Amino acid sequence: MNKTFLWKTGLILGILLFFLFGIFGIPKSFSGSGLLAAVGEHIQLGLDLKGGTHLILQVKVNDAVNVDAQNAMEVLKEQLRNHKIDYADITQPDPANNPDHLVLKGVQASSRTDLLNIMQERLPEYDITGGSDNSWNISMKPSNLADLKSKAVTQAIDTIRNRIDALGVSEPTIQEHGLGQYQILVQLPGVDDPARVKDIMQSTAMLEIKQSLGGPYPSEQAAMQDKGGVIPSDALLLPGHNMPGADTGGQAWYLVSRVSAVNGKDLRDAQPSRDQNGQPSVSFTLSGEGGQRFYNFTSAHVGDSLAVVLDNHVQEVANIKEPIRDRGEISGGSMSEQQSKDLSMILRSGALPAGIKYLEERTVGPSLGADSIRAGVRAAVFGMLAVLIFMLIYYRGAGINADVALILNLIILLGFMGYFEAVLTLPGIAGVILTVGMGVDSNVLIFERIREELRNGKTPPSAVDQGFSHAWITIVDTHVTTIVSAAILFIFGTGPVRGFATTLTFGLLANLFTAVFVSRVIFDWNLSRKQRGDALSI
Amino acid sequence: MEFFRNTNIDFLGKKWYFLAFSLIFSVAGVLSMLFWHHIPWGVDFRGGTLVYVKFSHTPNDNAVRAAMDRAGLRDAKIQRYGAVQNNEVLVDLDVRETSEQALDLGKTKIIQALESNAPAGKTDLNNASSLTIKKYLMDKDPMHLGSDADQKYTAQAQAILDYRDKVQGGVLSSIDQLKGAPGVDPAAEASLSDGFFLSDFGVRNVEIVGPQVGAQLQKQAALATIYSLAGMLVYLGFRFEWIYGIAAVVTVFHDTLITVGAFSLTKTDISLTVIAAILTLIGYSNNDTIVVFDRIRENIKLMRREKLSDVVNRSINQTLSRTILTAGLTFLTVLALFLFGGEVLRGFSLALVIGILIGTYSSIAIAAPILVAYQDWRIEKGKRPVAMPGKAR
Repeated sequence: MNKTFLWKTGLILGILLFFLFGIFGIPKSFSGSGLLAAVGEHIQLGLDLKGGTHLILQVKVNDAVNVDAQNAMEVLKEQLRNHKIDYADITQPDPANNPDHLVLKGVQASSRTDLLNIMQERLPEYDITGGSDNSWNISMKPSNLADLKSKAVTQAIDTIRNRIDALGVSEPTIQEHGLGQYQILVQLPGVDDPARVKDIMQSTAMLEIKQSLGGPYPSEQAAMQDKGGVIPSDALLLPGHNMPGADTGGQAWYLVSRVSAVNGKDLRDAQPSRDQNGQPSVSFTLSGEGGQRFYNFTSAHVGDSLAVVLDNHVQEVANIKEPIRDRGEISGGSMSEQQSKDLSMILRSGALPAGIKYLEERTVGPSLGADSIRAGVRAAVFGMLAVLIFMLIYYRGAGINADVALILNLIILLGFMGYFEAVLTLPGIAGVILTVGMGVDSNVLIFERIREELRNGKTPPSAVDQGFSHAWITIVDTHVTTIVSAAILFIFGTGPVRGFATTLTFGLLANLFTAVFVSRVIFDWNLSRKQRGDALSI
Repeated sequence: MEFFRNTNIDFLGKKWYFLAFSLIFSVAGVLSMLFWHHIPWGVDFRGGTLVYVKFSHTPNDNAVRAAMDRAGLRDAKIQRYGAVQNNEVLVDLDVRETSEQALDLGKTKIIQALESNAPAGKTDLNNASSLTIKKYLMDKDPMHLGSDADQKYTAQAQAILDYRDKVQGGVLSSIDQLKGAPGVDPAAEASLSDGFFLSDFGVRNVEIVGPQVGAQLQKQAALATIYSLAGMLVYLGFRFEWIYGIAAVVTVFHDTLITVGAFSLTKTDISLTVIAAILTLIGYSNNDTIVVFDRIRENIKLMRREKLSDVVNRSINQTLSRTILTAGLTFLTVLALFLFGGEVLRGFSLALVIGILIGTYSSIAIAAPILVAYQDWRIEKGKRPVAMPGKAR
């Protein structure tokens, strides 16, 4: 026994313990079920194995751009008015696809400098070009546009996370997905029917409090007639509920101010409650700044009406009897108790910056997950056992090396997964099986080479030495190319395929260590016990 | 024990047989892809709705089909799925029935169409979610609980579902089965029949992929394959010579073509996991090719006087024992996966089973002959023979 051998054995045992800890932690009991529970805590199973719902949704980022562009339009109109610059009109020629593109027409050439100054000072995130025919093209700077879109996605992720957390789904995954497609991946373990979760995630819940300028009207035409044929430019006509005492029969329309006094961003809290008639409602409180604005608004409009607008639908119209600082209530319609709970939760979680749509939905029932885990594990165990037995028969003494190396390989692989909190999926189990295959290959490469060297008349120590050094080059080449493929899979793949790439990469790294280093140490130990000239069992 | 010892087979002499063999399979696959079954993209790539339904009895395909027709789902494909005794049916809706405006409409229609015995006002317990059951129990409150009702009934609903899904395999045939199920309160169980009925099926699994994701995944899969081939070419060009990289990439292309061809011929769906398997077989086939190339590189230095074809033949023979052993053992594990891995892994393991056979064959029959053919071509053109890599080591 020499010193190098001792430290190498120590190293191997240390690594073994380290990765066993990664798999089991410190188990509470060492019985079979205790160990199994410990594994369950450290190795996370993918949705395909434990059941649950997998959703991919897309943020309609153009909604967010549209809001910004609308806002810019208002700002520009106001500034042009203040600077007494005449213009024919401002339009948004393609709101669906290029919402940030505005066209300003009919500005006199003499106002050119003023216009450019306004743009630079008030709308620095927009570019303005043109000027010929007194017509200008305004669009958002590409970097600002990209920023705005990615901010919309981040904000949507935060909002969705808040809502899912409030629903009490355990261990959800919510993250950006795909390559620059504004997509979000949501995984909900244990959720078997995603319908309600989807509704709640999707709800924009845009709350606004506006001044009510008239209504209810039975139809849009009636509203127009009442205002002399045209809707004022600072007003909007919105549909809403019928209010008690003012039944218009069927639909009701309200004329409200375009500008909101406060909106969802100004909320501090929202809670389910009951209105004066005992019907379920949602009461909310406003933040300090929002409360101040609301106070200013209500003080200025005592005697007027305000409208509570949710998702462009008037929920309630009420008379302002006195200045209100920070409280309000949403009622009206026929809200159920569940709806009032959901709505207050959605309001608390913040508004979505843009609409979302679902692109993909997968649900794995828990029984299917259990079946596939059983089948996959059974196949892995069968395959593994067959390989272990074959190696023992074919290589006799050296077969032990291979078997030890393979088992250690599996322990390291699972330990890696425990430490990195990687998720074991069904294709991941297949990755484990493939790792076993690659592990066998490395051992076979080395052993065949040693046999060859022995046949050429080398002594056992020098045959082992030559075998390892020749096979090493090949093993590095094969492992590097496979890891390259796995890395590419990881980058371009999604969900289950990523799981496969993860286990394969970890497995191959472990294999480099076990098949080459560990197996060599066992060979050296065998050789050190032998007399010169004894045959090697291979 | 030793199977192969000092073999001396003239592999290169048989290159015309190899060529004929490869051509037959590639052309058959390509013809099938073009004119027969085309490329059978799975739902991941083509988009669409798959609903896996488990029945409590042997399903009647015609009855299921009739139900789909009544629901207006005319293009629904219905097939038995998995082992016969599992009573499972896979309903497959085309992407045209799958709109991103209402992604799960197809699924809802299928469930409604199959719930033919639904009494008015009752919910199907076999397809109810835990939230529905909990809400029902809360409203009924059979256990008369106080402030912790929410928690208690969540646990009750979960216990009922666990029994349905994990013990009964997803379908209950009678509500009485829940009597004595672990964790289910008798009072809660007794109240269920007022609000629930049992259909003869349960939805086990749903996959809905909108058209946009499908197109995007096709692009991703193509990119992943191209990049991994490029990565391989660069690495081999760097470690050996460019011709070795090219030979390896041609070989891998050959393997992929034949495997995808086999999927087309057998009309097995190519899902996302199958793509993973194909990328794996690219890695595996390449592994085999490199082992042979490595030996050629080594032997070229030792056998400077001999013809390249002799060197290549010798190298293949020297590594033959390893090639067959590894291929055999890996094949064994993959075969275990194919036979015992269950329906979900079927396509994946099929790709690997074919891939390992073809990958092993091609490293001997395709990759090595390309090297020799290239060398012969250079000599014929009167250029200095290359293919003498000596960079490594």
